Amino acid sequence: MAAIFQGVGAAAPLSSSPSNSFDSNKSVFSPPRSFSVVRSDGIVNLNPKGRSAQRLISNAVATKADSPAASSSSKPGHELLLFEALQEGLEEEMERDPRVCVMGEDVGHYGGSYKVTKGLAKRFGDLRVLDTPIAENSFTGMGIGAAMTGLRPVIEGMNMGFLLLAFNQISNNCGMLHYTSGGQFTIPVVIRGPGGVGRQLGAEHSQRLESYFQSIPGIQMVACSTPYNAKGLMKAAIRSENPVILFEHVLLYNLKERIPDEDYICNLEEAEMVRPGEHVTILTYSRMRYHVMQAAKTLVNKGYDPEVIDIRSLKPFDLHTIGNSVKKTHRVLIVEECMRTGGIGASLTAAITENFNDYLDAPIMCLSSQDVPTPYAGTLEEVTVVQPAQIVTAVEQLCQ
Amino acid sequence: MALSYLRSSSSRSVNLLKPLSSSLPLRRPISTDTTPITVETSVPFTSHQCDAPSRSVETNPKELLTFFRDMALMRRMEIAADSLYKAKLIRGFCHLYDGQEAVAVGMEAAVTKKDCIITAYRDHCTFIGRGGTLLEVFAELMGRQAGCSKGKGGSMHFYKKDSNFYGGHGIVGAQVPLGCGLAFAQKYSKDETVTFALYGDGAANQGQLFEALNISALWDLPAILVCENNHYGMGTAEWRAAKSPAYYKRGDYVPGLKVDGMDALAVKQACKFAKEHALKNGPIILEMDTYRYHGHSMSDPGSTYRTRDEISGVRQERDPIERIRKLILSHDLATEKELKDIEKEVRKEVDDTITQAKESPMPEPSELFTNVYAKGLGVESFGADRKEVRATLP
Repeated sequence: MAAIFQGVGAAAPLSSSPSNSFDSNKSVFSPPRSFSVVRSDGIVNLNPKGRSAQRLISNAVATKADSPAASSSSKPGHELLLFEALQEGLEEEMERDPRVCVMGEDVGHYGGSYKVTKGLAKRFGDLRVLDTPIAENSFTGMGIGAAMTGLRPVIEGMNMGFLLLAFNQISNNCGMLHYTSGGQFTIPVVIRGPGGVGRQLGAEHSQRLESYFQSIPGIQMVACSTPYNAKGLMKAAIRSENPVILFEHVLLYNLKERIPDEDYICNLEEAEMVRPGEHVTILTYSRMRYHVMQAAKTLVNKGYDPEVIDIRSLKPFDLHTIGNSVKKTHRVLIVEECMRTGGIGASLTAAITENFNDYLDAPIMCLSSQDVPTPYAGTLEEVTVVQPAQIVTAVEQLCQ
Repeated sequence: MALSYLRSSSSRSVNLLKPLSSSLPLRRPISTDTTPITVETSVPFTSHQCDAPSRSVETNPKELLTFFRDMALMRRMEIAADSLYKAKLIRGFCHLYDGQEAVAVGMEAAVTKKDCIITAYRDHCTFIGRGGTLLEVFAELMGRQAGCSKGKGGSMHFYKKDSNFYGGHGIVGAQVPLGCGLAFAQKYSKDETVTFALYGDGAANQGQLFEALNISALWDLPAILVCENNHYGMGTAEWRAAKSPAYYKRGDYVPGLKVDGMDALAVKQACKFAKEHALKNGPIILEMDTYRYHGHSMSDPGSTYRTRDEISGVRQERDPIERIRKLILSHDLATEKELKDIEKEVRKEVDDTITQAKESPMPEPSELFTNVYAKGLGVESFGADRKEVRATLP
């Protein structure tokens, strides 16, 4: 799987503190086990499950460090961090299609505030990697206008929260133009950026916009969580004819994983089976996946067998995968970082209840963040989001 | 549209075969006459940070008659839309353009169909100018299948991709960043074409305009921002909404030109000038001083914030169709009767089209779910319950 470097906060994305580094040779933890993820042909290659890691990082994005197992491809693959995976995906798509361009604040000469666009400006020039002024409303609108003519812009919000300023453009123009023009225009934009609760970034920089955007008709939303699916989803999003919002997470940029060398994409509407199980279905996405996996270790030790699905596609939900899982386990726990009110979990609960009510043995449990602005104080911020201990308690309660 | 005019006029003037110079009193087939005529615009241009173009505009009888017919068609179409709205065949919002026709026809005369035009919700006539048919207009207004957006867009969402007309937008000012994006795409693809992003005096106070203008000037985009200043933002007069109603100066470092928007030839001259400027030097702002006779929309009588005298005064002194009519008559290009015949013919065309549009069916219920997503992924939204998931990407 992937390892995170302790202490690298999103607050200082470019600085490297002496205790950690981004260089893969000096990794703090044992070399990560490569992890086969579900591809669109449905093959899951999960090798020995249930072995817990020797080192547990508290309150972080833990891993199932295991003995090296088969990688997801025949070739050895290469190791990289999540932001590098995003950059690789972006670069490959820009090379493949000259219509792909990137626009955002500090994406060009600066290299991107989270280094996702590093090196692209040098390689592709100023017309394809555009540094915009701080004017989200208009440059999002410009990206959409350019997309109407056939260009494929990748619009970056330096933090997802800033895209609230562009909400009108995203909702009315991006989402609706294909419909209101009777199909004349497609808007192949990708709107991406980091969101989610970071390390004491404060309320305004810790927003989760997936709940605000989920009602907009005409857009697709995906959330990446590992370097493998980050690269795959980025490429798929760029190739898609629909507007796609790609949600990244500030704390996941330094995850390391070995990914295949060859060209691959991840299906935008598909969920990822992280860990098959029998007792309970845990649905999660983005950073909460790691909290769930950490809780899963504890649960396995206690004798439970959770099935963990990273839903990845936030709009539309992959009810096929989710439904099959519900039919198998009959219990659902949703763990998300969204707010309780009107979040992704709320919609997912409604969707599952509507469609699979007959298969449920217990009411769906949904663990979400508290309905508060994210506080600055570390202890309070910890309590705002769902912690592994709460997940363990919830599963125990659900499985009674 | 011009083509149908040629057909009809040549059938009427079939007796006159000898080409004559325009100074002789006999009528000639003006449909093919392209001898240049020079006309002075009504008022000189005022400019900001640039040299104003000359007041003398080159035109020719064919163009003048095309202007006349097109504007008469637009005027008739808008008035017919008014009656249809009152008959409850058109619902929702209906923003009429009568009085402002000169901007649409003048702009078309100066550009090609490869240049992009994007405007706000007062888009019926701009759509016609871009080559849209009357049937598409009326069918869309009435929500029928034959409409340009299949009945799913409505009055504020007319689009015509093949002639680069990008709509048709309901949110005030949101089309200007889109327009600058179109200009960016034109620069990216090295098309040597320009984009005209139209907005009103009400939208001129939107922040996103200045954001987009800044970016366009920074990146040297071929964007022309055209403010159709009809002096009222719905019920608010411009002096009550803007501290500085000199919208052509608002660009500050971006050059601007103020144009009499009721004079189609002045509009043509200004747009030609703007296109040359934008291709060389980046964005420019055009302010079209124009007027709308109707209220802001059909639910606004238009007389609570302005006097009827004002409206009739403008109609008498500055009406764009009258101006072209006087020009045609003074240059002896057609008789009064011929012009009246054109208007009658236009009226009949509009009436016939309305009858035809009324026969177009309403969209099928399944149309509710089409075009929500592009078909590339095989995604059709039937709600969250998706039984089929596997889709392959290119």
